[in-house]
Amino acid sequence: MSLFSNTSVLVGKELRTEFRSRELLTTTVVFILMIVVLFSFTFDPTREESRRFGPGLLWLAFLFAASLMLQPGFLREQTNDTLSALRLSVSDPFAIFLSKLCANTLFLLITELLLLPVFAVLYNVPLLGVVPQLALVLFLGSLGLSVTGTTLSAISAQARMRELLLPLLLLPLLTPLLIASTEATAALFAEEPVLRWDWLAFLIAFDIVFLTAVWLFGEYLLEE
Amino acid sequence: MTPAETRPIGLRLENIDKRYGGLYALRRVSLEIAPGECVALAGRNGSGKTTLLRIAAQLVRPSAGKLTFSPPPNGSERPTKNTGFVAHATMVYDELTAEENLLLFARLLEISEPAKWVEALLREVGLFERRDSLVRTFSRGMRQRVAIARALLHQPSVLLLDEPATGLDPQGVTWLAATLRRLRDAGATILMSLHGESEISAVATRAIRLDAGTVVADTRNGASLHSILKLADA
Repeated sequence: MSLFSNTSVLVGKELRTEFRSRELLTTTVVFILMIVVLFSFTFDPTREESRRFGPGLLWLAFLFAASLMLQPGFLREQTNDTLSALRLSVSDPFAIFLSKLCANTLFLLITELLLLPVFAVLYNVPLLGVVPQLALVLFLGSLGLSVTGTTLSAISAQARMRELLLPLLLLPLLTPLLIASTEATAALFAEEPVLRWDWLAFLIAFDIVFLTAVWLFGEYLLEE
Repeated sequence: MTPAETRPIGLRLENIDKRYGGLYALRRVSLEIAPGECVALAGRNGSGKTTLLRIAAQLVRPSAGKLTFSPPPNGSERPTKNTGFVAHATMVYDELTAEENLLLFARLLEISEPAKWVEALLREVGLFERRDSLVRTFSRGMRQRVAIARALLHQPSVLLLDEPATGLDPQGVTWLAATLRRLRDAGATILMSLHGESEISAVATRAIRLDAGTVVADTRNGASLHSILKLADA
């Protein structure tokens, strides 16, 4: 039970600090809104083109959002060496990871929630009929982005050239996840939307494999 | 757990090496610190004091050698839970208030009635009136008081202090010396790095001098203890 109580206390801290400063959410939302708006005005896509290119653009925007959002997760903990204080206080170090993961996933989902209506309007893609299915795909994709990103953020936070290292490590690892998420989203944007269980199964497997790896080896990543 | 539930714990470091690349921060350091002992670590900058403290806190893994606690922790208990650590950095969040910081760590440490205990501690460190202020608005000395309060939250059996008087005003130093004396008398094991003699060093019952990562002097004798602490400043 200590793992869950520690995690809930730490998630509370993450939310409190973020909603107090709104640093991450504000910058990320503005950044990805600009991407979506710029693409819309530059290409002025037809409805058919939006169905074909929209999912890729959407997940590219989410990837940029994740890259921006995930970097400071562990960097912030280094400013006053608070990571050491956390390691000395928690019953299970996995709670530190789990709390960052929950907070990052939540922030990413909030960003996606704000972006989707704008995307639907600008690209003329009706989303109302597929909201529950799309929510499932977004959740699994965002969880995968957050698990990998949070892990790599912990690794890169202790390295030199950390700003360069995270995207460098993140992009190759996320390629399969992005393909699966894009394909699953594209199937939902089709004229006759379908939930592609093959891609969903891939996303679930990806999330489970990475979560298990972090659970098993996460403590070593937190060491100096 | 309540903050009063502490038991004396000793430390044993056997042939500890710590290398950063080809550079030795510590070389074959062996120490046995008895439960309830208050040890002052002296030595010039770069002599290995901070590394030794971080290894004792289990924040850094030694390159070679072994760290053990006596008595060893019970079953699933993490030994770090019995350790209070004050580092160079404050180890508290600038974006949280003093009270929020202490409540956060009290809840992580699963202290019962955390709000009550945090209030008492804030009064003790003289920050109760500023409990709702963000730590980033504090002076260095006030931050250090929050840092010390955080380390004392669970009344740990082992206290590891890296230059704990940094930034404290004379009243703060007097308060810290009195607190350390009280904890020492209650059976806490204290290992602290210091520069020179002060009210804090007067609490020490043993002094160890490090030079280039090795122990070059170790005494419990009063006169030698003073000379070690003086030498460290030379």
